[in-house]
Amino acid sequence: MQVRVYVTPRKGILDPQGRAVEGALKSLGFSGVSGVHVGRYIVLEIEAASQAAAEEAVKKMCDQLLANPLIEDYRFEVERG
Amino acid sequence: MKWGVVRFPGSLDEGETVFALREVLGQEASILWHKDEQLYGAQCVVLPGGFSYGDYLRCGAIARFSPIMRSVTKFAAEGGLVIGICNGFQILCEAHLLPGALTRNRSLSFICDRVNVRVENARTPFTCAAAAGEVMRLPIKHGEGRYVAPEESIREIEERGQVLLRYVDAAGVEKDEANPNGSMHSIAGVANERFNVFGLMPHPEHAAEKMLGGEDGLKIFRSVIESVR
Repeated sequence: MQVRVYVTPRKGILDPQGRAVEGALKSLGFSGVSGVHVGRYIVLEIEAASQAAAEEAVKKMCDQLLANPLIEDYRFEVERG
Repeated sequence: MKWGVVRFPGSLDEGETVFALREVLGQEASILWHKDEQLYGAQCVVLPGGFSYGDYLRCGAIARFSPIMRSVTKFAAEGGLVIGICNGFQILCEAHLLPGALTRNRSLSFICDRVNVRVENARTPFTCAAAAGEVMRLPIKHGEGRYVAPEESIREIEERGQVLLRYVDAAGVEKDEANPNGSMHSIAGVANERFNVFGLMPHPEHAAEKMLGGEDGLKIFRSVIESVR
């Protein structure tokens, strides 16, 4: 199964990277832009008995390693490959 | 006393830490290999600065799972003294041995500079050779040193006196311009609830000799020596 994990800075935590990109977009003339955040996109393949088992495993991966819940939010998609 | 300085792949400052301990302070200090689980009788373990595992994923996130960290975690749980400097601080936060996390500097730039930090609590094994309110001048060199933690957790660590070092100006006054990386509450160094684990972004090992620009960093190491005696 294919897994796609999206990690983004936690709401309320200062995201200087997102802010810098937002400033750059505005200076390019994209005036209506707001709420820019820069995160990480992780793809992986997993063998699991079921969709639920895969989701459970991926959640553990996120909590233990792929994201730091103190400063980051995450969401993921599991797709039968 | 016996010190163990951990070498992870990508560590940079373990040699200078051992030098400061051994040559300047006459301590028994040796390098501990990250794949080893032995601490060889170290009475204080130092996690040095650098870029362990290339800082991949997040600083310290992978080093945290090194075999030696199992022993360090157990050692800390038994009350053993642990210091994390810069990348070592990041590893201790990722390992949940210290509260909070270290994120990208507010300027987005890597900062290499000398800063003033104020000793906020001198009743700990890491600061007892200094005076409360004393200002130390220490080097910093990091891209991810902005200390953050949830508001309620910041309140708790402040109330318990776990903030040991705070960025200030030369006169010892906390102000935004003196906060190099945007850390919450200008926090430069923080201890755990039991005060046996300490992490700091400034580098005391790089401030161990006058000819290299100052020796304020020795106070951190001397504090540990005094507390163990």
